[in-house]
Formats: sequence, C-alpha cells, structure tokens
Amino acid sequence: MITMENVCKSYRIAKRSGGFHEAVKALFHREYEEIHALRDVSFTISDGEMVGYIGPNGAGKSSTIKILSGILTPDSGSCLIDGRVPWKDRIEHVRRIGVVFGQRSQLWWDVPVIDSFELLKDIYTIPDQVYRSNLDELTELLNLGELLRTPARQLSLGQRMRCEIAGSLLHSPRILFLDEPTIGLDAVSKLAVRDFIKKQNEIHGTTVILTTHDMQDIEALTKRIILIGKGRILMDGTLEDICRGGENIDEEIAQLYRDYEI
Amino acid sequence: MIKKLRLYRHYISIVVRGMMQYKVSFFLTSLGQFLVSFNVFLGIYFLFQRFHQVKGYSYSEVLLCYAVVLMEFSLAEMWARGFDTFSGIVRNGEFDRVLVRPQGEILQVLGSRFELTRLGRMFQAVVMLIYAIATAQIRWTAGRVITLVFMMAGGMAVFAGLFLVYAALCFFTLDGLEFMNVLTDGAREYGKYPLDIYGKRVLRFATFIVPYSLIQYYPLQYILGHVSSPVYIFLPLLAILFLLPCYGLWRFGVRHYKSSGS
Amino acid sequence: MKKYISFFRLRFSMGLQYRAAAAAGVVTQFFWGGMEILVYRAFYEADAAAFPMSFEAVVTYIWLQQAFLAVFGAWIIESEIFDAIRNGNVAYELCRPIGIYQMWFSRSVANRVSKALLRCVPILGVAALLPAPYGLRLPASPLHGALFLLTLLLGLLVIVAFTMLVYIATFYTLSPDGVRIFFVSAVDFFAGAVIPLPFFPDKLRFILELLPFAAMQNVPLRIYSGSMTGEEMLRAICLQAFWLAVLVGVGLGLCRRAERKVLVQGG
Repeated sequence: MITMENVCKSYRIAKRSGGFHEAVKALFHREYEEIHALRDVSFTISDGEMVGYIGPNGAGKSSTIKILSGILTPDSGSCLIDGRVPWKDRIEHVRRIGVVFGQRSQLWWDVPVIDSFELLKDIYTIPDQVYRSNLDELTELLNLGELLRTPARQLSLGQRMRCEIAGSLLHSPRILFLDEPTIGLDAVSKLAVRDFIKKQNEIHGTTVILTTHDMQDIEALTKRIILIGKGRILMDGTLEDICRGGENIDEEIAQLYRDYEI
Repeated sequence: MIKKLRLYRHYISIVVRGMMQYKVSFFLTSLGQFLVSFNVFLGIYFLFQRFHQVKGYSYSEVLLCYAVVLMEFSLAEMWARGFDTFSGIVRNGEFDRVLVRPQGEILQVLGSRFELTRLGRMFQAVVMLIYAIATAQIRWTAGRVITLVFMMAGGMAVFAGLFLVYAALCFFTLDGLEFMNVLTDGAREYGKYPLDIYGKRVLRFATFIVPYSLIQYYPLQYILGHVSSPVYIFLPLLAILFLLPCYGLWRFGVRHYKSSGS
Repeated sequence: MKKYISFFRLRFSMGLQYRAAAAAGVVTQFFWGGMEILVYRAFYEADAAAFPMSFEAVVTYIWLQQAFLAVFGAWIIESEIFDAIRNGNVAYELCRPIGIYQMWFSRSVANRVSKALLRCVPILGVAALLPAPYGLRLPASPLHGALFLLTLLLGLLVIVAFTMLVYIATFYTLSPDGVRIFFVSAVDFFAGAVIPLPFFPDKLRFILELLPFAAMQNVPLRIYSGSMTGEEMLRAICLQAFWLAVLVGVGLGLCRRAERKVLVQGG
C-alpha cells in the first residue's frame, strides 16, 4: 500500500545569464529561481494495482518516482509505503522495490548479463533458492535464453530492456517502478514487454507504477491513470474517464493537456 | 563485515573482467601510467647527477620518499577510483541507481570502479623502492619496517579521504573542481621530495590542513635515523583520522543530493 | 582565412563558457608553478655553483611554462580528430573544399591559443607582482622580448606540426593510443617540461638541443628568461624553422598518401 499525502517539493535553481558582467555579479550574489516540482500531491495505491502516471515533460513525474523510491526527500507532506518512509528507511525500503529507468542501464556493460545478475543476487542478498526459481521463471517468460551469455553492450535495445526488467525483478520486489520502459523499442519488443508486465502483475500481484509517453502502454496495461501537470494531480481515474468515448487515445490526451494548459 | 568484503570482491571481479575485454587499451594505459612516473624519476635522476644532495637528503633517500608516496597514491587511486571519477557518476545519474539498491553508498561507489591500470605506476614505485632500500644504507630495524607499512596505510587513507572530499563537492557543483588536483595530483608530484625542502610554510600546511607530513616527512625522519622517538612510528596511523571529517562532508553531500535531487 | 578566424572565435567563446573551470585552472597552475620554484630553490641552496641558469631565469622559465601550458602541453590532443579518423567520418571531411591537413592544423592552433589566452593573462599578471627573486622578470632586452614572441609562435607551430604526425599515424597504425602515449611522454620529457633542458647532463643536452622537441617550449622560454644569448638564439631559431619545415613537409606528404588510401579503400 502506497500513500502520499500533501507532498510538496520545490527546487532552487541558480539563475544563469550570459555576459561577463553577469558572471562576475553571480560570484557574489546569486539569484535563485524557485521551481515547484510538486504541489500538494496526494494519492493512494493499493497492493497489486497497476497505475499509469502520465503528464508532459517537467510535470513532476520523475520527482514523484524519486520520492517513492527513496532517492529524494520532499519538503513537506508524508509518504508511506508498506509502513515505511522511503527516504528514512532507504535500505529496507529499496529491498522491496524494483526500478527500471528506461534511459539508463543497470547492467554492467562489458560482462555477460548473467554475471550482472549474479552480482545483483549478492547486492540484494537473495537466497539461492529464490534466485534460482526467479531466474528460471524470468528466463522463460522474457525468453532470455541465449541473451544471458551475451555482454550487455552487444544487446539490441529491446533485448537489453528485457534483461533490465528481469534484473529488477530477481529479488521479488512487491512494487515495480517503470520509467518509460518501452522508449525506443521496436514493435515486437514493445508487445513482449507489455505482455510480460501484465503477467508479472497477475501471477505475483506486483504493484506496478508506470510512467510513459506511449499511450498504447497505458491502454494495454493499466486501468487507473493519474495525470500530473505543473506539479499538481489533475486527474485520477480510469482510462474511460479520460477518453470520454473518443477514438484516438493520443488525441484525447493531447486535448486534455490543452484543457489544463500544461 | 565479512559479507560486505565478499560483496566488494564480487563487484571488483566484474569490473576487472569488464576491463579485460579491452586488453590492448588496458595495457597501453598502464604503460602510459608507467611512462609518466618514469619521466618524473628521470627528472630526479638528472638533477641528482648535478647536485648530489638536497637539504641533506641523498639520491637514494629521495627515491625512497618518492616510491612511498607514489605507492600510497596509486593504491588509493586503484580502489577509490569511484570517488576520483565521481563527477561522471553524478552527471549520468548513476548515483540514483546507487540509492535504489539496498547497500551502503560508499561500498557501491567503491565497487563501481577499480583502476587496475595503476599497476603501471606501482611497478615504477616498487622498482624505486627496491633500489632505494638496497642503496640508502638504512639499518632496517623492526620499528622502521613497521613505520614503512604504516606509511602505506596512512597514505592510502589520506589520499582516499581527498577523493572522498572531491566526490562530496560534486554534489554541490561540477564546475571548477580542478583545484582539487592541487591536493591530490599535486601532493603526488611534489611529495616526491621530503616536505621540508619546500620550507616551513608548506610543511605547516601539510601538517595542519591536510596531514601529508604524517605520511611522509615525519615517519621518514624516523626511518632515516634523524629522530629516534618511537612515537614517529605511529604518526602515519594518526593520519587515518583525516577520514573522519572527509566522511562527514560526504554525508552532508549525500543529504544535499537527496534534498535537491541533482 | 576567414574560415579559420571564425573557427577560432567559436573555440574562444566556448572556452569563455567555462569560466569556473578556467579560474580553477589558473589557481592550479599557480600552485604548480610555486611548488616547482620551491624545488629549484632547495637545489639552489644545495649547490648554487652547479646551477646551469641563474635562479631568476629558472623562476621566469617556470612562470612562463605555467602561463603557456596550453600552448605547449603535449597531452592536448583533439579527440574529435582521432574519432573522425577511427570511425571513418574523415571521408566527409575530405569532401570539404579545404585541405584536411590545413584544416586540422589551424584547428589545433586555434584550440591551443584560445585555451592559453584565457589562462596566461592572470598567471603572468600575478607572477609579475611577486617579489624578487620569485617573480616573473621582464625580458632581458627589447630584442629578447621580440624574439620571444617570434619563437613562441614558431614553437607553437612546431608542436602542432608534431601532433599532426600523431593524428596521421592513426591512418597507418592499429593502436593510435599507443602512439599517443609514447608521443606525450617523449615530448614532455625531451622538450623540457619535466626539467628545463639546461639541467640535463651536458652530453645528452647537446644532442637534445638538435632534436625537434627542443624547438618547442625550450627556445621561447629560455630566450625570454635570458638563458640564451647571441649566436645561441640565432641557431635555435634556425633550428625551429628547419624542424617546422621538415615536420610540415613530412606531415603533408603522409597526409596526401593517407587521403588517397581512404579514397581508394573507402575509409
């Protein structure tokens, strides 16, 4: 169970302007700009739910994910995940979550994927038996087979993403954060990834929180959608609520962004 | 503790295996490391052809000094390279990954890099050390041998501490950290001569600001028989305390990172 | 010519962007110079008679060396050029209406000069204010000053012509990194970056002064600091011109051959 209540987060960013004169001035007196990444964000996600978290770039998606995964401390508000405050109990908390950043790899680049997995086993102190059965299951469902013997740098993007996802599930996390997991993938890989995530949720009841710009991901995977813009939760409902019977989901979302002026 | 060490070893074995994928590059970088320190050695050699002694130190004694400092530095650079290259780890978001794994941050950063190419430098250090020991006419009592060992330990700690300071500063800014080179590379370069040749002020700086003199000048006086108090044997161990303020700064940096998220 | 100037301006404004880095670089080099001077002070105190230059000349040599580090640093290699050759993008560069050798040459010159301009002014300024004998002196005479500027330019061209050979070697060898590593450490040592050439043993020094390495920083720095005079200067300048002609000639020749090779084999 994930609850976020009235979470606010703002950053101070040093203003930078061109010119030598300005640069000298900045040495003595810096002007800061306040960016409100999250304003009063609240939501609850139950165990086993699959939630799509959408919004335009800079809306506050990644700040939310960072807070939920214990990387970022909010300014105010509370957040409780399975009874723990993520940024206070970092180590205990992250043992129970898996995180996939679509744009970055968690595998060791130059060694076979299986070596990365073996190291993850030690990092997460996964018991032998659990590791074996998880690995077998993941290998079968994601069709990893040969890939495990290949160094990560030689994998195609789609192959690598399958390995990334497997790597973040080896320790049987209760919650899985997926940050743009299908970005840049070809059609076949996209389908395979979606299909797998769905199965993972069905078989193990893993809670999945997914951020994406790809509305087909949302359509295929989640019933519930949280829409964030300019740091506020604008909408929390089902796909049907958003589509309002429209034909094309991308157009509906674009219209929604326009409506909220985000 | 044993478990952590085993995990660290696992990390390193992956890093080294990855590095061995690029054997030619590894060999050439090691060679480059060797050549650079060999140049410095030749410089000392030619100067001593002309001058025979400096501030009462003979050629062999200076080589002993340089060998020890070079060894201390290369060892520290070898296993603490993760901190030495920390700007990259922060910039490419690798540190977020560190924070979502259930292990201490320091262990993970140490495990992320292992610079085996520093063997090139160490080779130079070992050759000089052997030569210096053979020719410096030092009577190697147990106390002096222990002093030498303590110097290595203390020296590694001081240099590792400086890398840690550099890494901590990376949390606040990535600009203009080049000045830290003065304290790390500078100390390696100019640590080749016993610190008193630079005059009182440098020696004072090297005692009270960064405790270089505890790992170089003072214990060296004991080894060379200029002083006889056994207190000098243990001075290098005192330098290990330098790690405490460095660690404090690191903790402060991590806290800043978690509240600013960048 | 206009092309080269606009390229230079681009480089210079790029350098200006990183002001904090430049400031940190100046501090670092200042420290480096100071420590180096303290080393030579200790050796001077050990045996003043064995000193091959005056102490003030060594101090001036060191400050100039720090100020113009970016002009003469052997490690300043344009990785873009390396990459272009290695990944075959060099084929595109061959299509441009400008000789590849000339283009890379001017690019390297621009890179070094823009880097050095930013850093040399504060270093020279502060070093000149330091009390004798630790400060930067004025050149021995106006003639020395003028010849310093001339040989500085020649020295810059010689080191760039030398680095050009390293780039071109990439066409012919499988491990350009190896070539580069040897090149960097050889130049560093034989050009007088580790210790000034007068501090080398006399026999070795006699040979070294004839080599192209000595035509880099050694000549301008020693002329300015007054450790070279009269005939010696003339000889050194002639050697600089000689080596520049040889290095450029060899570089151009090898480059043409490499270009033909690339065109025939398609990269």
